[in-house]
Amino acid sequence: MSDVTLTIDGQLTIVPQGATILQAARRLDKQIPTVCYHPHFTPPSLCRVCVVEVENARVLAPACSRIVENGMRVQTDSARVQRARKGLLEMLDSAVDLSDAPEIQAYANAYGAEPARYGAQIKRRAFPLFDDNPFYIRDYTKCIMCWRCVQACGEDAQYTFAIHRAGRGFDAHIATFENVPLPESTCVYCGNCVQACPSGALKPRREYWLEHGLDLKELARVSQLERREKSGDAK
Amino acid sequence: MAETKKIVATTCPFCGVGCRLDLHLMGNQISHVTTPYDDIVSRGNLCVKGRYGWDYIYHHDRILTPLIRRQAQQPGTRKPARRDDWREASWDEALEVVATRFADTVEKYGPDATAVFCCAKATNEDNFALQKMFRAVIGTNNIDHCTRLCHAGSVVALQMAVGSSAMSNSGSDIYNCDVAIVTGSNTAESHPIIALQFKDAVMRHGVKLIIVDPRRVEMVNFAALWLQQRPGTDVPLFSAMANVIIQENLCDNQFIYSRTENFEAFAKAVEEFTPEMAERISGVPAEKIIQAARLYATAQNGAIYWSLGIPEHTHGTENAFALIHLALLTGHIGRAGTGLNPLRGQNNVQGASDAGAMPWDYPGYQSVLDPAVVAKFRAKWGNAPPPARGLTTTEIADAWGAGTVKAQYVMGENPLMSEPNLRHAHHAIEQLEFLVCQDLFINETARYADVFLPSASWAEKEGTYTNTDRRVQRVRQAFEPQGQARADWKIVCEIATRLERKLGRAQTAFWEYAHPSEILREMGELVPSYAGITYERLEQERLQWPVPNLQSPGTPFLFENTFPRGRAKFFPLVYQPSVEQPDASYPFALTTGRVLYHWHGGTLTRHSNLDFAAPEAFVEINPADAPRVPCANDSPVRVSSRRGSIVLRARVTEKAAPGVVFVPFHYAEAAANTLTIDAVDPQAKIPEYKICAVKIEPATLKELVAALPLGLEQQR
Repeated sequence: MSDVTLTIDGQLTIVPQGATILQAARRLDKQIPTVCYHPHFTPPSLCRVCVVEVENARVLAPACSRIVENGMRVQTDSARVQRARKGLLEMLDSAVDLSDAPEIQAYANAYGAEPARYGAQIKRRAFPLFDDNPFYIRDYTKCIMCWRCVQACGEDAQYTFAIHRAGRGFDAHIATFENVPLPESTCVYCGNCVQACPSGALKPRREYWLEHGLDLKELARVSQLERREKSGDAK
Repeated sequence: MAETKKIVATTCPFCGVGCRLDLHLMGNQISHVTTPYDDIVSRGNLCVKGRYGWDYIYHHDRILTPLIRRQAQQPGTRKPARRDDWREASWDEALEVVATRFADTVEKYGPDATAVFCCAKATNEDNFALQKMFRAVIGTNNIDHCTRLCHAGSVVALQMAVGSSAMSNSGSDIYNCDVAIVTGSNTAESHPIIALQFKDAVMRHGVKLIIVDPRRVEMVNFAALWLQQRPGTDVPLFSAMANVIIQENLCDNQFIYSRTENFEAFAKAVEEFTPEMAERISGVPAEKIIQAARLYATAQNGAIYWSLGIPEHTHGTENAFALIHLALLTGHIGRAGTGLNPLRGQNNVQGASDAGAMPWDYPGYQSVLDPAVVAKFRAKWGNAPPPARGLTTTEIADAWGAGTVKAQYVMGENPLMSEPNLRHAHHAIEQLEFLVCQDLFINETARYADVFLPSASWAEKEGTYTNTDRRVQRVRQAFEPQGQARADWKIVCEIATRLERKLGRAQTAFWEYAHPSEILREMGELVPSYAGITYERLEQERLQWPVPNLQSPGTPFLFENTFPRGRAKFFPLVYQPSVEQPDASYPFALTTGRVLYHWHGGTLTRHSNLDFAAPEAFVEINPADAPRVPCANDSPVRVSSRRGSIVLRARVTEKAAPGVVFVPFHYAEAAANTLTIDAVDPQAKIPEYKICAVKIEPATLKELVAALPLGLEQQR
């Protein structure tokens, strides 16, 4: 494969064909913030926080998935890029509970995001807490729709396809098919989605109980009751 | 978010894949587990067992004090204990009882009246110490572990054909091949993380899988070809593939000429195995057999992966030979992306075998019959048993009944769940004079014990496991053992010291290890393939044995230039039907195996939250067969063989082939091994778990509930 020559922030660089702008930039130690992107997963290009300015392009390009081209001139931190990132992080912070996502909070601070300027009446994403299985808790109020869990469940790891997107627009969310409880879905509880979750929306049940200072003996008792319900005892 | 205090990197205690686990600790509590995305084994993925299944270590039923039976048990009237039948004892008292009883047995009946079951879940160091105690102090080779019940057929066949019984390549080597035969393996449930790599290799890298399995296992969804043979017909099926490869001259003649022997005799024997003959016996269309043979033989790199569906037969050794022949014919061995790969079940079944938990071999597969080997170990330890093979797991259980083995040591195993024909095994164990069990929980076997020694869990001790890739990996202590539990190797060393004194051994075999790293060092001095493996190196490296010296980087694949036995050997085969075939009174073939959520005898996983996901035993039955019972999905049925019967729920599913039913073996209340036959392979002594004849009748809910709740709760 041949190499590609491009300019990033005025710096000439040569990278292998097929590389993304993000990969090229990271080789030059350029810090581009990423939220939904994870090197282990197929870039979904959803959060747009990694956008950069490509000269002569109409719109900003997601660095995580845009493939480099010969002669490309890229600005990773221009005023337009900064404004876009600020807006995106502001909207995210105004709608989603980011309390378990310190990295994203740090980005929001760094770009001067002011979620409060949308006012107190702004609609926030709210979902019931799903505690329907013994292994992990789903708190979609904290979900930033980064898509990693869906990919871990699907073609990036498990090929189980227990979860996918439901709803549209602001109400889009991750759910099981027909919103059935996890034990009725195809979920095999591998927890690869939980490990991938960047914002604490998916959390091992044990970790959740420990964080909330709850009594683990009580957790054992609850689990035992659930086990009985599931088994022939209740039938 | 609360602060995570500490992260400890260790190795998963469940299956042979051996994924790296990072334990996130809050004090003495593991809050959750992750695995690095750049880990060479896990590649960032875990299954439910590694991710959540370790919470058994906190279960309230775990035993944390040594226990002794209040009432002395006599041979013939030995009874399973209820909770009240035990009393708590000090370590000193418990260890003294064990040492005294073993010393008495040795003095009265000789060393061969004792036997030990080592443990494929324990570390290399635990197993090395335990077999050393029985060889060096007691002087017997009656040492075995559950590998006898899983891969003995593969081990014997590989030893005879090539001279080394481990996987020749790695699980992740699937990416380097273009065609792989996967047979007798429900990979997605039994080796989930290798299965993820298989899936990825198929979907993203164009690898073609040939799945050969009587059940419609999940991997069939990813197969280029699925050969659904009748259980127990592997020899004709794979021999017919060999026949096609020879007939169509798809073999690697250069490889056969330069690296194998006995080809002519084999080629003659294989003539009768035409695809048509194999179709009659196995039910697989001849056309598919031919396709599979061509696909595998013409691959650039062809690999074979197999699991327990191959060895767990009375002709398990022959089944494994039939697979080995395919690799030898085509030269698909000795390169990356090829090889003969028996996927090992337990986290450390490879390591326990390497560490000498075997009746026929000292550590490192050095034969007990070789006088030079015996001399070498005697020189090191001061004592060694005479050059005679010890009893295997299955033979030991028979010897209890016959009264020839009087005192039994069990570390972490549960033979009363894992032996075939359990009713017979229960009767046999009653004849023991003394039984000591060392475990986390009082399982079905430990209920018969005189003394129970509480051992530390995998998170509470240091050590190494050797995974199915021959990769030696560290197990690290996350926190101190709970209660009075102690690491297995420490318990063993204590007993060995006392035994040595009681038996008046002139020279100590040495038991004053300060740390398991010293045990591994001793093992390295005695086992050439472990010579270059040290704890210091394991901090940085993930070594695959053989590692002959400190400079060696390990060996990702074996047999590049030569085989350990020189030339690999072909063995002419004949087809032997399995011992028990379905007939008019027992019309179904029963096959047994695992489910994703449980581990073997269930001692650990049935005490974890995993039990929620799979709380009940079931029998899988094909929709076409259900009206013959008759039964509906979820309805209670009674499954009976000539040896016993169990009541459990029917699961009507296409996963089962017509005429073949499947029962997982994890559930004490409906133990599959009540049904299985105790016929064994004459060479490997492995029982025929994978086929026996059963009948199925409708049962009532009342009968089903009578078996519940768990046996363990009934003890209270």
